[in-house]
Amino acid sequence: MTTSRQSRIAEILTRHEKPILEEWLREQLDALTARQDLISESDLRIQSAEFLGLFTSACRAGSLTDITTVEWKPVQDFLAGVSRSRALQGFSPSETATVVFSLKQPLFARLRKELGADAAALADEMWTATVLLDKLGLYTTEVFQKAREEVIKRQQLEMLELSTPVVKLWDGVLAVPLIGTLDSVRTQVVMDNLLQSIVETGSTIAIVDITGVPTVDTLVAQHLLKTVSAARLMGAQCIISGIRPQIAQTIVQLGVEFGDVVTKASLADALAHAFRLIGCTVTRQAPRA
Amino acid sequence: MDRIPIIKVGDFLLVSIQVDMHDRLVMSLQDDLTTQVVKARAKGVLIDISSLDVVDSFIGRMLGNMASMTRVLGAEAVVVGMRPAVATTIVELGLSLTNVRTALDVDKGMAVLRALVNPAGDEGGHGSGQN
Repeated sequence: MTTSRQSRIAEILTRHEKPILEEWLREQLDALTARQDLISESDLRIQSAEFLGLFTSACRAGSLTDITTVEWKPVQDFLAGVSRSRALQGFSPSETATVVFSLKQPLFARLRKELGADAAALADEMWTATVLLDKLGLYTTEVFQKAREEVIKRQQLEMLELSTPVVKLWDGVLAVPLIGTLDSVRTQVVMDNLLQSIVETGSTIAIVDITGVPTVDTLVAQHLLKTVSAARLMGAQCIISGIRPQIAQTIVQLGVEFGDVVTKASLADALAHAFRLIGCTVTRQAPRA
Repeated sequence: MDRIPIIKVGDFLLVSIQVDMHDRLVMSLQDDLTTQVVKARAKGVLIDISSLDVVDSFIGRMLGNMASMTRVLGAEAVVVGMRPAVATTIVELGLSLTNVRTALDVDKGMAVLRALVNPAGDEGGHGSGQN
């Protein structure tokens, strides 16, 4: 019974591949009317034809109930590729899963035509096909989700790196313009970058600019002081700059003590102070015409 | 047991830590250093830890203690060449070592010592390390 039923679906798929593909394409295009800007009809046709080919051969070779077997590997890989690329293109998960689910209608229509006389056999076949396509559909959603998570993780890393540059302002003077909230992870990254740059450039002064830090609470202040003391241990002096009036008020109201760390209102003031410390003078000349 | 050499360079003592520190080694260094500061009438001590890549709370604290002891004996101390990882560890351990002077390398450390011992640049050898 089981073997004969299996061969029926594969056989029907093989025999009616062309019309099933056409109907399936029409279904997909109907479902994706709003999305024709993201994928062209010819691309969709190539994808669908390839999937149907793989699906048919897998049905012929393997079990119809278990998609984890080796016969289904090419189908899985293909679906993974499709849904990963769709995740990056900006499709929604339901749109991606619809690709597989919309194959049901043309397949069921064929089954009804072929097995219309035998109600019991038709019901069995329909059930097998439904379970199989549901599994494949869910698999695409799973891969879709994973691809999205990868994108998010990568963006997080990029943001972390983007937001913590260390720039050399002058010979022996480094600046770290901090942008965004300082949590312990970011403090660690900032600290590592700063200390490494101090060693590489042999700088004796580091300016930590907090113009881009929206709020300074006791925790942020503690993180800042940690960075400052680590730099001091390496032999570099720290200046904290970019303290806005609002922040100055909060710092005092919270009772945060920056100790003997020099603080300045703007990066320019901090640089002027740094020049004094390293014995540099800036003179103004008559501007050139 | 091996010891960490203390080299006399002019008015200064140079301590270069080239091996991994353990508790007994650091204790013997503390003994030797205080003895040498008195014996050599040193005006400054330069501790180079550029080869040190592992510290624990004890060694971190001993670095601070050695600097303080040197100061009590009337000399100045500078710790130079701390590695980024060591600095991070010391801060994470909650040791701020605020009483320790630091410099990036031996050159800069020497400059700091000279400025400390000889603020005006012409005072000569009548520093505080005499008694």
